[in-house]
Amino acid sequence: MGLKTKIDAEEGKQDLVITREFDLPLELLFKAYVEPEIVEQWMGTKVLKLESKKHGSYHFETSDPQGNVVFRANGVVHEFSPNEKITRTFEMENTPFPVQLEFLEFEKLTDDTSKLTMQIVYKSVAHRDQMLQLPFAQGLNMAHNRLQDVVNKLK
Amino acid sequence: MKSRRDVFQAIADPTRRAILTLLAVQALTPGAVADNFKSSRQTISKHIQILTECELLKQEQNGREIYYLINAKKMKDVADFIEPFRKMWDDRFNKLENVMKKYKS
Repeated sequence: MGLKTKIDAEEGKQDLVITREFDLPLELLFKAYVEPEIVEQWMGTKVLKLESKKHGSYHFETSDPQGNVVFRANGVVHEFSPNEKITRTFEMENTPFPVQLEFLEFEKLTDDTSKLTMQIVYKSVAHRDQMLQLPFAQGLNMAHNRLQDVVNKLK
Repeated sequence: MKSRRDVFQAIADPTRRAILTLLAVQALTPGAVADNFKSSRQTISKHIQILTECELLKQEQNGREIYYLINAKKMKDVADFIEPFRKMWDDRFNKLENVMKKYKS
């Protein structure tokens, strides 16, 4: 235990809950989700559009060091209550993954600490499990690619 | 890949996670495990069976009693398996925290 970020994914459910406690006042935590230039810094992505309001929408784009776009994501905002909650959709473009629904709840713990509870609802149980396994699979791929690089250098 | 998925589903259940936590400390008989839960012995027994099928638990005969204990090697595989997803979010949030600390007055 003692982990700052926790994942709760119950068997047979199509959602999961991510919780994280921050050494940040609530207002600063919330600001990190609202200001485009701040989102760019911690998400490592370019923010093409970010309208933080009901009926608003957002559009992110990530490029590799060579300038090729490797990732695009977008969504719409359904609920927006400052320092309290954001409800939005999230879709990765040009992937087989269906759109997902995200409920973000921001809580004050003390004057200097806060908590984020993020519930993500997927289209099906199988889709959720697939997303859970994705970083694991990517890790395997990366290890495989590194191995391939090493092998290629030996040739 | 199939067995990994089964293991993953096995540990996704809160009761089964609690059983694993309990058996991480000491080997117990199914009855002794059930004493720690409000659920019926049959329910707990079913959970233990699933965990054993996934090789997360091992059996040990001690006289007439069968004791269950954690299969450490398998547990490590599973922890490694979910860990990348948690780590991905943890890294992202650590970054958020670091960025925002600059804005603290």
